[in-house]
Amino acid sequence: MTKIVLGIVLGGALGVLDGLTAWFTPAARSGIVGIVIGSTFKGIVAGLLIGVFARKVKSLPLGIAFGLGVGLFLAFLIAFLQHGYYFQIMLPGGMVGLIVGYATQRYGAVAQAQRA
Amino acid sequence: MRWLSDAVVSRLQSEADLPDLSGTRYRAVKSLGRGGMGMVWLAEDTVLRRRVALKILAPENSSADLAARLLREAQVLAQLEHPGIVPVHDAGTLADGRTFYCMKYVEGQTLDQYIARIPLRDRLQLLQRIAEPLAFAHSRGVVHRDLKPGNIMIGAFGEVLIMDWGLAKLTGSAPMERNSCSGHAANSEAALTLPTGHGSVLGTPGFMAPEQARGEVQAIDQRTDVFGLGALLNFMLTGAPSGNSAVPKALAAMSCKATASEKPARYQSLQEMAEDISKYLDGVPVSAYRENLLEQAIRLATRHQAAIVLVLAYLLMRLLFILFSRH
Repeated sequence: MTKIVLGIVLGGALGVLDGLTAWFTPAARSGIVGIVIGSTFKGIVAGLLIGVFARKVKSLPLGIAFGLGVGLFLAFLIAFLQHGYYFQIMLPGGMVGLIVGYATQRYGAVAQAQRA
Repeated sequence: MRWLSDAVVSRLQSEADLPDLSGTRYRAVKSLGRGGMGMVWLAEDTVLRRRVALKILAPENSSADLAARLLREAQVLAQLEHPGIVPVHDAGTLADGRTFYCMKYVEGQTLDQYIARIPLRDRLQLLQRIAEPLAFAHSRGVVHRDLKPGNIMIGAFGEVLIMDWGLAKLTGSAPMERNSCSGHAANSEAALTLPTGHGSVLGTPGFMAPEQARGEVQAIDQRTDVFGLGALLNFMLTGAPSGNSAVPKALAAMSCKATASEKPARYQSLQEMAEDISKYLDGVPVSAYRENLLEQAIRLATRHQAAIVLVLAYLLMRLLFILFSRH
């Protein structure tokens, strides 16, 4: 599995998990489908960006920092659009970015350069 | 009753050993040591203005057989051009009739001095690097036969050099240029073996494979060096060529496999052994040891420690959020 695919799969999976936990918040339960879809999409975008970064830059600290930054930024955008829940959205979002950042640096194959 | 002091005796001894380098480009600087066959001198190459090491037959060992053996050692070494094998620059006969060869002067520490201050992981990586020049020598049909800590030098910049090829054996499948090595007896088995005294035992106890200890010259092949490398592994783990108490089970199994009495039970090549060391360092199962489920789980958990901690932290955070949202 390449770093980009790993980033997308892991970001997507953690995004689904992230979204599903909204079910435990009674106020958000009615909109759970939209939350899961949005959260999954956010995870996939974050995973894609972090995976591309991991393919270009071989550095665990930088990969983690970039993942954290992307995760926090995307989570901030969602919280901003929702006008609230910054802490509840940004903390898990940052963690997801951090985990994907770590995983894409540590695991995943570097895609072979295409031959001319 | 003693007529001369120790210092005087020592001085006379060094004067007697002093090689006659007249007519050569070398100037003796100091004696570096004495082996079974000859002495090694630090010398200065007066033409290139660099320090070199001269291996010279000891005066008491100046028989034609030993001279031929030293020359053949130089010829074998000259064929093995590898960064991990000390290069030979020159060979010949001194004015006093003694045979010599000139090689690179290696400054550094022997393996036993060096490993005292490095951690296990670095020791294993060092062993992999020791295996490389030996595997190269095997590919050229040469078996070292005298692997021991004193014959491994670690240079000032961490470079590994395999020294003292005086017991080396050329195997029957050697692709080496035999004409340049064998001279007068190219087709005989004797020509394929450095004349170490057929049937006699030469080597270092503890680091010597059983077939070598039994003097079975015909039975010696690359697996003899596998045994030597296994004994070195043991030495690096425990400080002794055998015995593996308090050593990780996988490493103990690797060492046992490498030093098995029967050759078929050993690793069949140094590459195979180096591959197992590599696997151990990467945290994957080694061929020499079958893990049970618990050991597998521990190894996987150790290997992916950081990832597991991150995922657990994430799950814990999620759990806390759920608990707080209920309140």
